[in-house]
Amino acid sequence: MREDDAVTTEAPDQAARHDPVYDRLHESSEFTELRKRYRGFVIPATVAFLAWYLLYVFMSNWAGGFMAVQVVGNINVALVFGLLQFVTTFGLAFMYSRYSNARLDPLARNLEQSYRDQAGTTGKRGQA
Amino acid sequence: MSDQFLTTFLFLSVVALTVGITFWASRQTKTATDFYSGGRSFSGFQNGLAIGGDYMSAASFLGISGAIAVYGYDGFLYSIGFLVAWLVALLLVAEMLRNAGRYTMADQLAFRMNQRKVRTAASVSTVVVSIFYLLAQMVGAGTLVALLLGVDSEAIKNITIVGVGVLMIFYVVVGGMKGTTYVQITKAVLLMLGSALIVVLVLAKFDFNLSSLLGAAAENSGKGDAFLQPGLQYGSTLTSQIDFLSLGLALVLGTAGLPHILIRFYTVPTARDARKSVLWAIGLIGAFYLMTLVLGFGAAALLDREAVDPAVGGNQNLASPLLAEAVGGGAGSTGGAVLLALIAAVAFATILAVVAGLTLASSSSVAHDLYKGVLKKDEVVSEKDEVRVARIAAFAIGAIAIVLSIPAQRLNIAFLVALAFAVAASANLPAIIYNMFWRRFNTRGATWSIYGGLISAVGLVLLSPVMSSLPTSMFPDADFAIFPLNNPGIVSIPLGFLLGYIGTITSREPSAEERFTELEVRALTGAGAEGATHH
Repeated sequence: MREDDAVTTEAPDQAARHDPVYDRLHESSEFTELRKRYRGFVIPATVAFLAWYLLYVFMSNWAGGFMAVQVVGNINVALVFGLLQFVTTFGLAFMYSRYSNARLDPLARNLEQSYRDQAGTTGKRGQA
Repeated sequence: MSDQFLTTFLFLSVVALTVGITFWASRQTKTATDFYSGGRSFSGFQNGLAIGGDYMSAASFLGISGAIAVYGYDGFLYSIGFLVAWLVALLLVAEMLRNAGRYTMADQLAFRMNQRKVRTAASVSTVVVSIFYLLAQMVGAGTLVALLLGVDSEAIKNITIVGVGVLMIFYVVVGGMKGTTYVQITKAVLLMLGSALIVVLVLAKFDFNLSSLLGAAAENSGKGDAFLQPGLQYGSTLTSQIDFLSLGLALVLGTAGLPHILIRFYTVPTARDARKSVLWAIGLIGAFYLMTLVLGFGAAALLDREAVDPAVGGNQNLASPLLAEAVGGGAGSTGGAVLLALIAAVAFATILAVVAGLTLASSSSVAHDLYKGVLKKDEVVSEKDEVRVARIAAFAIGAIAIVLSIPAQRLNIAFLVALAFAVAASANLPAIIYNMFWRRFNTRGATWSIYGGLISAVGLVLLSPVMSSLPTSMFPDADFAIFPLNNPGIVSIPLGFLLGYIGTITSREPSAEERFTELEVRALTGAGAEGATHH
């Protein structure tokens, strides 16, 4: 458990075990692009699904008349709205999966590879 | 009597199966990584099943279908919050946590902050959340077994609680994460198959026409169309509506802060596998909640109100088992007895898998965070020593849960679960999100958000109608309910975020900012992350 010796140090010492490889990777244009793509997807997506969910909660609370409208037979707007929350959850999960496979993973793999290459030269492996 | 024999036989089969799995898994548990995270060698699919097994608790299986059976549409609202919550875990938490930590939630905070302080805070909140959740499951187990054996005796309930407690200690101490994971996978498969069987039988009674099922449920409920609309359970006063909003917030934001869920992300080799596990989990959990919809409305349509509605002397937690009996041919028939026993055994397996996950999460945190990170921080702790402490902690937490569960039987199970979610959302989520996205975030910010969220969530509940002022309160004769809502989330979650912010900006800790560079690279790329171990 050699790595753990570093873990059990206090915060002031944290900087001492900082590996400069990470700084170089952090400044690379590839990393900036990866972070931009990641945040560019998850932040709007999170805002959207939370807003959509809260809309549902608000409607359940304060739009009873609308929610009670029957769509087909005994199936009303409230049930359709609720089921749509399932559909959007599955859909967004699927979209994120495709997006990250295509747009995030290749960049992350490259960066991790260059970490492996460079970590060898500085003689220090990542810790914690 | 033969029905009871069958039920007992199936219960014991579940116990024997899980004990066998645990012994088998124990032979592969040698290192600390094996104990805490199953050697990080599970596939995304296996872990997805295990997450499902960890997450779909008795509160979901018995509680939600029961709530739908009694209150109709309002019961469904829980399912939606519990499912949508997984998007928070998928988009913001699972992959980054997998890359940044090793064994516990605290790892990713300790990565760049004062070990002693953040590990203590994270460990306290892990243990508190896990204990609330454990109480809910164990009290549920006691009620379930007593009712299924047809004897409403305190002794049976207490024996069950002790039995469940001993089993969960056994799974964790002997099987570690490997054993716990296989127990959860087994349970997930049993639960999905068992539920699917009842769903098909219910739908068959209505020619697979959802509309006629809903119509029959509305009619049999005696509440008509209102049964299919929001509002029956939460009512229409402004206070109850805000209470519901507060619950909705805690449900959607709590999942990604539940310690026993978070540690599951460490059991796979890479962040990509963590993502795959959440995708599988979303599919599985979503399918399950759609089934609870049919189970709940099926129970409303097919069972007598006296059986399930507490307002007329029924027990809503028994809606699913009684529905199984009804679609199997009714009380007294062989088919009914078999299905009832089967579903009861599935519910029991459900409880066992969840309590094992909770015990593991809290004992891991006590050993890895408190013992190794705080108490022995200046010494080298051997892996063997750490795992030994984790096993002792599992005994201690199991014992505490048993002792607390016996008086906790008066508490409402759904409320205990909602409280666990509220604490997870108020105390853990702000720290996790800030840590991953905010360079400036530091030790004071983390401890303030964790303690602030924890204390405000629990404190508000103590001052709510749950504890006093109403006939249904814990202390009906007293009145110190100055907070009007049962669910604290609407206040405590923003407070957790706010305190994290204020704590951070009032303190400077340059090293935390510097280490953020490393954390960010590591979280997004996996560079330097813990890999799988190979035997």
